[in-house]
Amino acid sequence: MLKKSILLATSLMIATSGIAISGGHGGNPAVKARQAHMQLYAHNLGILGGMAKGEVEYDAAAASAAANNLASLSTLDQRTYWAPGTSTAELGEETRALPAIWEEGSKAAEIGGQLAESAAALAAVAGDGQAALGPAMGGVGQSCGSCHKAYQQPN
Amino acid sequence: MKRIFLTLCILAVLGVGIGLWITRPVTVDPERFASLTGNAESGETVYWAAGCASCHAGENSQDKLTLPGGKRFASDFGTFIAPNISSDPTHGIGAWTLPQFASAVLEGTSPDGAHYYPAFPYTTYGRMSDSDVADLFAFMQTLPADPSESEPHEVGFPFNIRLTLGGWKLLFLNKDYIAEAPTPELERGRYLVEALGHCAECHTPRNALGGWDVARWMDGAPIPGDGKGKTPGITPAHLDWVASDIAYYLETGFTPDFDSAGGEMAEVVINTGKLSAEDRAAIAAYVKALP
Repeated sequence: MLKKSILLATSLMIATSGIAISGGHGGNPAVKARQAHMQLYAHNLGILGGMAKGEVEYDAAAASAAANNLASLSTLDQRTYWAPGTSTAELGEETRALPAIWEEGSKAAEIGGQLAESAAALAAVAGDGQAALGPAMGGVGQSCGSCHKAYQQPN
Repeated sequence: MKRIFLTLCILAVLGVGIGLWITRPVTVDPERFASLTGNAESGETVYWAAGCASCHAGENSQDKLTLPGGKRFASDFGTFIAPNISSDPTHGIGAWTLPQFASAVLEGTSPDGAHYYPAFPYTTYGRMSDSDVADLFAFMQTLPADPSESEPHEVGFPFNIRLTLGGWKLLFLNKDYIAEAPTPELERGRYLVEALGHCAECHTPRNALGGWDVARWMDGAPIPGDGKGKTPGITPAHLDWVASDIAYYLETGFTPDFDSAGGEMAEVVINTGKLSAEDRAAIAAYVKALP
């Protein structure tokens, strides 16, 4: 009897810890929100990048729309996505956001400001022809890189 | 008996002497550089392609032309701290001569005749052409001076004995190219990768002594230090991007699915973004041609 209840308790523990790891229905909501936000960046960057690379024919209206989306996305208030307690230290492999984002002296917000500036600069020229995309995309890429370099756990 | 002992002693001293002589710090012959006048404008391309600023600019500094050093590099042998290589005559390299600079870059030997640690990638730069060395030197002399003092490396015994680096160089400082380069584009790509860009310093695994495992060239390697993360392999077996994807990544940091470069690679992209489109295409061609 005792053996049986230990077995039951253990299997319950294993089962519930499984739920805890997977976070109920698909993970921490803040992590999901910011990953979705990143995906929206990627989607719009993909439209612009295809044209910048010459894989897709340049279309001024589509380029401007994608660049305006990027500029809008970069100015959204994201504070609830980046809730304290949602770094790799607390959530392990569920996120690649390093604790340094929330530590004193963090430059994450400042880099976010640079992204907004470079995205606005891209939006300002995206309708001016294919040649204008390359350098402006480079500026956006540098903002992405500055943050990922300092605050993203390498794969 | 006494005589045998004496002979052995003499032989031992002789052996150590020969060993030290073979592994002595090598400097370039100043004659070789006497007729070279560096062109600072061409030197700027060498500067970005060789990635000097990735290590020698200040930690997290966005000023990639002032080189105070201070960035820390953890390794299995201790922590290396990048020195000041700004044009400051006292704390940087402002008072150096071209042959001294060439000895540092090509042979890993300091102006006072000591071995540098190979955290400074002279194992790569050793393949640099003399004219590129002269151009790079000319460009770096035009950069701002910074008065920061270089900090000593934090390296414990026995690695703190720089004389042992002569033996390391004997084993691992090899100026032959690694990859084949049958076309002019591949040749340029190979020069950019194997002589300037030092991609292999992170992307190729090392043996127990810290030398490259050349048989696994660009096969990916653990990131030294905190034991987290891995520098990915970039041979075609690891990386299926087409050449134009690789070139675009080197220009902007964007992957084919528009994630962006992180880690040290974000620093590298700042450099490669300043190269010509032809040079980025040449690097991409080299990567695609890796075995």
